Amino acid sequence: MTLLAIENLSKRFSSGGREVVAVSDVSLTLGPGETLGLVGASGSGKSTLARILMRLLPADGGAIRFEGKDWLSLSGANLRHRRARMQMVFQDVLGAFNPRATVASVLNDPLRIHNIVPKAGRATEIAMLLDRVGLPANYAERSIREVSGGQRQRIAIARAIATKPSLIVLDEAVSALDVSIRGKILELLVELQEERGISYLFVSHDLAVLRAVSHRIAVMDAGRLVETGPMRQVIENPQSPAARALVHAVPRLLTEPTEGPSHDV
Amino acid sequence: MRLLRDLVRTPEGAIGLGILAALVLVALFAPMLSAGDPLRIAGRALLPPFTDPAFPLGTDRLGRDVLAGILHGTRTSLAVGLAAALAAIAIGLCVGLTAGFAGGLVDEGLMRIVDAFQIVPSFLLALAFVSVIGASVPVVVLAIALGAWADPARLTRAQVLSIRERDYVASARVIGMHPAEIAFREILPNALPPVLALSAIIVAAAILTEAALSFLGLGDPNVVTWGSMIAEGRNILRSSPSLSIFPGIALVVTVVGVYLFSEGLTKALGGRRLEP
Repeated sequence: MTLLAIENLSKRFSSGGREVVAVSDVSLTLGPGETLGLVGASGSGKSTLARILMRLLPADGGAIRFEGKDWLSLSGANLRHRRARMQMVFQDVLGAFNPRATVASVLNDPLRIHNIVPKAGRATEIAMLLDRVGLPANYAERSIREVSGGQRQRIAIARAIATKPSLIVLDEAVSALDVSIRGKILELLVELQEERGISYLFVSHDLAVLRAVSHRIAVMDAGRLVETGPMRQVIENPQSPAARALVHAVPRLLTEPTEGPSHDV
Repeated sequence: MRLLRDLVRTPEGAIGLGILAALVLVALFAPMLSAGDPLRIAGRALLPPFTDPAFPLGTDRLGRDVLAGILHGTRTSLAVGLAAALAAIAIGLCVGLTAGFAGGLVDEGLMRIVDAFQIVPSFLLALAFVSVIGASVPVVVLAIALGAWADPARLTRAQVLSIRERDYVASARVIGMHPAEIAFREILPNALPPVLALSAIIVAAAILTEAALSFLGLGDPNVVTWGSMIAEGRNILRSSPSLSIFPGIALVVTVVGVYLFSEGLTKALGGRRLEP
């Protein structure tokens, strides 16, 4: 059974009389508990695809079925209600939070809107969510501006899992983070997936990141899907020029890491 | 409260707040500090300042107490300045929010009206308005507000348009927040700070416009204002310059106080925001 099926999705932007094809005839499927890595160079349309999927942008054509139902025809209260099942983590750890918010209010919003737990139990639930993403419960009182980037991304993940979704779209979710924190966030995501069976659509330009978490990889180039396949197959034997270029852009995938102090200058 | 603390921490904010607080106290207690009608003839005409303890700043051509005029003039200046700025900000916020949220034709239409008001010099507009309708405090307030609402409207609209595209608004949509809640909880509070900072400048401009209108004799003739006092002293500027100088100083102190306050407010608000 597929959780998500995207069929022939397309999207054009027109700016100043010029038409730009952002997404052209893209079809994808995603199974439960699976991670699909969506990779492509800048401007390949992968973030646009993610935003259409999140219903942040309207599609020009095509269909999306999510949990067996037509996802693009939902609107108003129905859409808001069903959004609980599909969540998103943004790239910009600063911009993804209202600067006036506290950690508690960020996590309280989804719990309140979807009535996940009754009001009396929300403080406990917030503490549990924080604990699940590896933050102490007393962080709830802090302003969102008082926590670091990596911690903010943990809070973003806690917000995404608060509504118990079946799919989380991760739009460059670790690209803005320090390399040392990146690995820990990826570990957390994999743990959550094993624990709750959440599917991920992991959008990134970095194949090294996708290699660590993806089951399958889809490669986009100039709005088109040029290659899909199991992770190992795409990375070890890329078929399309775009995929090859992306693999070549990650030198450590091809060359063995060299030993010795000359490496860390 | 935290904003107030941040405000006092900046030197501009502390001085500005101090001056404004003193002016507000003077305005509130003017009838006690100097009893009676400030426009009544109180003593000998053209008494120089610092000669008679009963009239520390002297008297004008008709024998009216200059100090009493300045104290009572604080009331008019602050009341007119604040009321006009409040009205301008209120109109500007409503128009800006409507334009920003509605978009499309509504946005276009409203912004062309804003353009029209921005093209006409605001002082000319106020002058024409008061000359046609007649001078009274509410008309002066409205006249000043008419020339001042376009800037906050434009700023509010720009803020709404920019904040609407931020990721935190997208993430509020993703968690299924109602559009009305997004508008009032996510967008509006974050759109306000620059508009608030602008409002202090509008207050200062409104006080100056009021003084200028009074100077030209278009203020309410039944209340004493600094502008009308300066105009009164203008005729005998060479023999008794103090008649124009004292209300002039009061005007300068007030406007500088408002500007410093606004500067401090901008800094305090700036320090609280995340984005560079």
